[in-house]
Amino acid sequence: MRGSVWDVIGPNFTLLIISLAAFAAAIYALFLIGSRASVRWQGWLRYGVFLGPALLLLLVGLIYPALRTIWMSFMDKRSENFVGFDNYLWAFTIPEIQVVLRNTVLWVIFVPLLSTLIGLSIAYMTDRMKRAGLVKSLIFMPMAISFVGASVIWGFVYNFEPSDRKPEIGLLNAILRSFGMESQNWMLNAPLNTFLLIIVLVWIQTGFAMVILSAAMKNVPDEVVEAAMLDGASNWNRFIRVTLPMIRGTVVVVLTTITIATLKVFDIVRTMTGGNFQTNVIANEMYAQSFRQLNYGQGSTLAVILFIAVIPIIWYNVRQLRLERTER
Amino acid sequence: MTDTSLRLSPQQKKRAKDIFSSPIASAVAIVIAVLWTIPTFGLLITSIRPEKDINTSGWWEFFINPNVSFENYEKVLFVGTGVNPPLFQYFFNSLAVTIPSVIFPITLAVFAAYALAWFDFKGRDAIFFTIFALQVVPLQLTLVPLLQLFAQGLVIGGVTLIPELGITGTYIPIWIAHTIFGLPLAIFLLHNFLRQIPRELIEAGRVDGANWFTMFTKIVLPLSVPAIASFLIFQFLWVWNDLLVGLTFGAGSKSVAPMTVRLGEMVGTRGSGWEVLTAGAFVSIVVPLIVFFALQRYFVRGLLAGSVKG
Repeated sequence: MRGSVWDVIGPNFTLLIISLAAFAAAIYALFLIGSRASVRWQGWLRYGVFLGPALLLLLVGLIYPALRTIWMSFMDKRSENFVGFDNYLWAFTIPEIQVVLRNTVLWVIFVPLLSTLIGLSIAYMTDRMKRAGLVKSLIFMPMAISFVGASVIWGFVYNFEPSDRKPEIGLLNAILRSFGMESQNWMLNAPLNTFLLIIVLVWIQTGFAMVILSAAMKNVPDEVVEAAMLDGASNWNRFIRVTLPMIRGTVVVVLTTITIATLKVFDIVRTMTGGNFQTNVIANEMYAQSFRQLNYGQGSTLAVILFIAVIPIIWYNVRQLRLERTER
Repeated sequence: MTDTSLRLSPQQKKRAKDIFSSPIASAVAIVIAVLWTIPTFGLLITSIRPEKDINTSGWWEFFINPNVSFENYEKVLFVGTGVNPPLFQYFFNSLAVTIPSVIFPITLAVFAAYALAWFDFKGRDAIFFTIFALQVVPLQLTLVPLLQLFAQGLVIGGVTLIPELGITGTYIPIWIAHTIFGLPLAIFLLHNFLRQIPRELIEAGRVDGANWFTMFTKIVLPLSVPAIASFLIFQFLWVWNDLLVGLTFGAGSKSVAPMTVRLGEMVGTRGSGWEVLTAGAFVSIVVPLIVFFALQRYFVRGLLAGSVKG
């Protein structure tokens, strides 16, 4: 078996090295030509070299495909006949897809809210804590773990042993049993299973929220906090009246960033339940329609629905950026 | 503001700090941190137990009955199952997918960010805002047409704009896809950074007769190393941990699929017991964990630049 592994890795390794070398050579050649060119030529050449490749890739690889997907959402499964709004009608009337939409709404409500709430609490609790580094690192760590890896980790926590005679090796069921309760097959138990999957993403995103909010809290001037203390404000009041209003902008950024990540969640659902047992979400169903059913019309429609959901966020972000730019 | 702080004596200030660092708050934070770590810790412990122990007792019993075995790792890394090669090959694939998928977008993004920050031309702001907005467009919106581009080329009205490339089933579509998807964020971050280079520095370079190309290599590139480092970690973690792009642009080929794809398959198949799954999962998360703990500072800096604007 080992021999055959190297038979695959060998040519792949060659391709890797050749590609990296070709890329480096192309860049080097462009720079060589650019820096030797006459001043007049350079004026034009610089756009082609510096801006050209990125813009071309974005145009061909993002903008054109996005427009084509929107067009495909109005066509039938093989993109041959125009079907009007049939696919959208399908998405909003078929009961199965309504479960998918409902679940996605649950994800989008609970993940950003819980992650931000827990992240905010930890950031506040560790704000003046001595040696908070390790605590924060441990909570932040899941950010480095892939969604698939996280699914394995939590799949093990939720593991169910069907036989009464064998011990539970899943942590959650073992805890239930030690309290004399009956263990459960968590992944089959709708709608609880969706919430158990949501916990996995909350586990990952809380660290992100904590780090960003913690940095924002460090920017709240000591004097302001001390003044509030002198006025006799309790910890809770100080948090609500002083700290929170001062970091409100950052809280919004954290909420929207996590919302976007949550809308696209796919890996966790696919790995843990395959979208079965009423846990499906839009991104997973989009994958199933496009790549398993090969129904490009319905797959594209689900992708467009995802896009429509993020449009308000795009609009809001662009507006914020414009405001910031005019302030400067 | 300063008035109020002057009213506090040093003793009062010290007391204030003490109250801030309340022991209850610290204790709660520590408890949460422990809770957060237990699932990963359980995975790690399980992966080093013998198969028999794993299936007959919970991982916490390891501390009563500590049997250590690295057989699981040997099995998952070097022994294939049926048509599936061992994880070792997927580990290599993950590396081969990740390295160019990090280098290509960063290079192109530094170029574009330089142009957008320092070339004066009409439509510059429009391009910049478009790229900024593109950051948020879901990958799902581009998957199928982009795949068709790789497989069939692009023909509009009988004119072949992009020929059939015949690269399906190699790393190349995955590299290109990751490059494209990484560009908007990379350009945005680096642009914000490059704009802060003092105008005098650039103008001095122009006066000295340096052209736009030498100026890039001599002034801009050395100055942007910290920003590049931040984005490097960002993109590395993103690509290494990605499932969707590897799954779709790998075209189902086992010879290019990254570890996440294989791990997802292993979860779905019966017969992959926890001994193989936990060891496999740990192999796939150990590289990003090392990168994360070693370079956490840069990673945080990148996160802050990306989400807290201004």
